Amino acid sequence: MDWGSIFEGAIRAAFDLDAVVFAIAAIGLNIHFGYTGLLNFGQVGFMAAGAYGVGIATTYFGWNPWVALVVGILAAVVLALILGLPTLRLRADYLAIVTIATSEILRLSFRSVSLREFSGGSNGINGFANAFYAWSPFDPQVQYGIRIPGIDLSIKFFGNRAWILLIGWIVVVALLIFVRLAVSSPWGRVLKAIREDEDAVRALGKNAYWFKVQSLIVGGVIGAIGGMVLSIGTQTVQPDVYSTSLTFFVWTALILGGVGRTWSPVIGAMIFWVLLSFTEGVLRQGVENNYLPDWLIDGVQVGQVRFIMVGLGLCALLIFRPQGIFGDRNEMALEDR
Amino acid sequence: MRRRAVGRTVLDKPFWSKLCASVTFAILLAMLLVTGQSGAQSDASDDPVLQGTLSVRDSEGEKNPVPDVSITVADGADSIGATVSGEDGTFEIPVPLNGAEERVVAVTLEEDTLPNGVNLRNPDRNPLQITVRAQSGGRAVFGLDDEAVENTYAADTGVTMRRVLQLSAEGIKLGLILALAAMGLSLVFGTTGLVNFAHGEMITWGALVAFFFNAYGLAGIFGFLAGGLPLIGTGGNLVFAAIAALIIAFLTGMAMDRFIFRRLRRRGIGLTSQLVITIGLSMAIRYSFLYVFRGDPRSFKDWAVQKGVDIGPITLAPKDLWTIGISLVVLIAAGLMLQRTRIGKAMRAVADNRDLAASSGIDVERVIILVWGYGAVLAALSGILFGLGESVRWDMGFRLLLMVFAGVTLGGLGTAFGALVGSLVVGIFIQVSTLFISPELKSVGALLILVLILVARPQGILGQKERIG
Repeated sequence: MDWGSIFEGAIRAAFDLDAVVFAIAAIGLNIHFGYTGLLNFGQVGFMAAGAYGVGIATTYFGWNPWVALVVGILAAVVLALILGLPTLRLRADYLAIVTIATSEILRLSFRSVSLREFSGGSNGINGFANAFYAWSPFDPQVQYGIRIPGIDLSIKFFGNRAWILLIGWIVVVALLIFVRLAVSSPWGRVLKAIREDEDAVRALGKNAYWFKVQSLIVGGVIGAIGGMVLSIGTQTVQPDVYSTSLTFFVWTALILGGVGRTWSPVIGAMIFWVLLSFTEGVLRQGVENNYLPDWLIDGVQVGQVRFIMVGLGLCALLIFRPQGIFGDRNEMALEDR
Repeated sequence: MRRRAVGRTVLDKPFWSKLCASVTFAILLAMLLVTGQSGAQSDASDDPVLQGTLSVRDSEGEKNPVPDVSITVADGADSIGATVSGEDGTFEIPVPLNGAEERVVAVTLEEDTLPNGVNLRNPDRNPLQITVRAQSGGRAVFGLDDEAVENTYAADTGVTMRRVLQLSAEGIKLGLILALAAMGLSLVFGTTGLVNFAHGEMITWGALVAFFFNAYGLAGIFGFLAGGLPLIGTGGNLVFAAIAALIIAFLTGMAMDRFIFRRLRRRGIGLTSQLVITIGLSMAIRYSFLYVFRGDPRSFKDWAVQKGVDIGPITLAPKDLWTIGISLVVLIAAGLMLQRTRIGKAMRAVADNRDLAASSGIDVERVIILVWGYGAVLAALSGILFGLGESVRWDMGFRLLLMVFAGVTLGGLGTAFGALVGSLVVGIFIQVSTLFISPELKSVGALLILVLILVARPQGILGQKERIG
C-alpha cells in the first residue's frame, strides 16, 4: 500500500473543489438549520438553481457572465419564496418533505427530454465557463501549489483548478465575515430566538414567519453560490450530480463540524472530505493490490461505500454527538417543540 | 435487558429480539455471497479500455440494457478487437497504444445484431471516431431507440376515452400499491410522531428478499412444493418466496423498532433528530442494497411476461388484476383490524393520545413495535407487487417514497384511511397525467401535487387541523 499517496490525497481533498463547495453549501444550511432551526432537506435544489441559472443564462440566452451570476442568485431567491411562503407556517417536517420533493422535481425536470434544448437533458450543460477561465492569471498547463517549509509534502493544482479554488476560498472567507456580522446583528438574534422559541418571538411582536422566509432566502442564495462554484469548477452542469444524496452529504458535513457556529461548517466540510478521501484511498488501493478479495468488494463498489459510510456517520453523529466536533449542545434545534 | 415482568410482552423476550436480528443479518450475508460472485471479474492486461453501455428507453422512460450486440474496433485497416455487449449492455475492448499517449480508433456497431425493432438513433454516427487515452481510456456512446416505444410516444398521444380508462385502471393499481406503503408510514407517524424516511427501504427490502428466495433460495428448498401443488403450478415459487419475504419483513420491522428507534426514544432523542437519523439510515441501507444487489433492474422468475386480457375497453395482464385484488383485500383487512380488533383499537388509542392510552393500561411499546412490524409487512407487500409489475431495483423504494409521501400528505398525515384515499388519488393522477405530459415527468406531477396541497389545504383531505401547526 502506498500510504504516502493516500495521505497526500486526503490532505489535498481538504482544499479541493468538493471541500469548497461543501463549505459554502454548509454555511447556507447553517443559517437555515443552525441559526433558525429550519429543516431544509433540499439544499441541493438551491445549488442546482444557482448552477442551472448560470448555465442556462450563458448558453441558452447567451448573456454576459456577470448577468448570469445574478440570474443564478435570483433563481435561488424565487425558489426560496416558492418553498417558504406556503410551508413555513406549518410544522417543521412539512418543510422537510416539501424541500426534498422540490429538489427532486428540479432534478427530474432539468434532465427530462422535453426540456433538452433548455437544460441539456441528462447530458447537462457544458462549456459555459470559458469566460471565467479567460480571466485566470494562472497558466492552465502549469501546476501551482503552496509548499509548507520543512514538510516534504506538496499539494499542487493545475492552473484552472487553482484559479477556481482561489476564488472559491475567497468567497468562503467573505461569506464567513457576512454570517458573523449577520448573526450578531439584531436580525440574527431574532433568528436564534425563533430557533429557541417561536411563540416567544411572536409574543414580542416580531413576524417570525417573515424572518423564517428571509432566513430561507439568505441560506438558499449561499447554497446557490456553492452550486455556481461547483459548476464553474467542473465546467459542466450534470442533473444527476444534484440528487438528494448531495443534500445529506452537506448535512453530514455541517453536523460533523457543529451547527450554530460561524466557521464550523467550513472545518466540517474539510474534515468530511479528508475522511472520505482517506477511506476511499485505502479501499481503492486494497482492491487494486488484491488485499481485499474480489467477492467482497470490487472497483465499482468502492464508490458505493462512501454513501453507506456517510449514512451511518450521520446516524452515529446524531445519536452520540449531535453537536458535532465544535458545536454547542445548547445551540441545537433538535429538541422537540 | 428485561423490563417489567408484569406485562405479558412476548415480543420483548431476548429470544425474539435475537431471532429478528440474526435472521435479517443472515439473509443479508447470504445475498452478499450469492450475488457477489457474479461481479468477480478482473482484467489482466494493462492496455487502456474502450468501453460503453448500450441501452434503450422503455415506455416508462427507464433505460434497459441491450445485450448481445457485436462491436468491432479498428484503426484504419488494422483490426484491434471485437466484442459482444454483456447482460448489462456494457462492452469493453482493450486498445493497445503501442507506447503512444493516445490513439484514435473507429468503433463500429454491427446493426444486424441489434434486437428486432431497436435501431440506431443516428445511423450516420456509426462507426464512431473515439480517442483512447493512456490514463482515462475511451467511451463509445451509441444512441439506440426502440421503434415500438418511440411509436407509442408518437402515435398514442390523443386523449381518447379508451386511454383515459386504461390509464385510470393502471393508476388504481399504482395507487393501491402506494396505499399499502402509505398505511405503514402513516401508522408509524400516528403512534410515534416520526416521519420515517427509511420507509422506502422497507419497500425495497421486501422485494429484494422475495427476489432472493425466488431466484436462489426457495427454488432449492421448497421447489418440490411448487411442483406438487397443481393450483399454483410451475410459477408458484414466487408465492412462497413472497410469503417468506413478508415474514422476514415483519421480523425486520420489529427489529428496527426494538434495536434502533426504541433505544432512541429511551435516550430521549428528539423527533427531529430521529427524522434525520432515518435519512442517514435510508442512505446507508439503500447503498448497501446497491452494494449487494448491484445496479441493474431484474424481474422475478415467475410471471415476468404475461399476455394482457381484454376487459371491456381496457387491457390488463392477469398479474395486474391479482395485484389489485390482493392489495384491496389486504387494505380492507388492515382497515378492519384497526376498527375491530383489540390491537387495532390499541393502535388508534396510542395514535390519538399516547399518555391516555398508557394510563388506561395499554402497553404502548408493544403497540409501537407491532405497528413497525405490520408497517414493514405492508411496505414489503407493496414492494413485491411493484416489482411484479415493473422490476426489482435497489432504489425502487426510494423512488416510490416521495409518491407515498404525496399520498399521505394529500390524505392527511397520521390517518390510515386518509393515506388510502390520498394514495389512490396520487396513483390515478400520475398515470392519467401521462396523457398530457411525457411519461418521464410523471413523478414530477405527483411531487407538484404534494407541494400544491400544502399550499391549499395543509392538513390534507381528511386530516385534522390541529396536527399541522
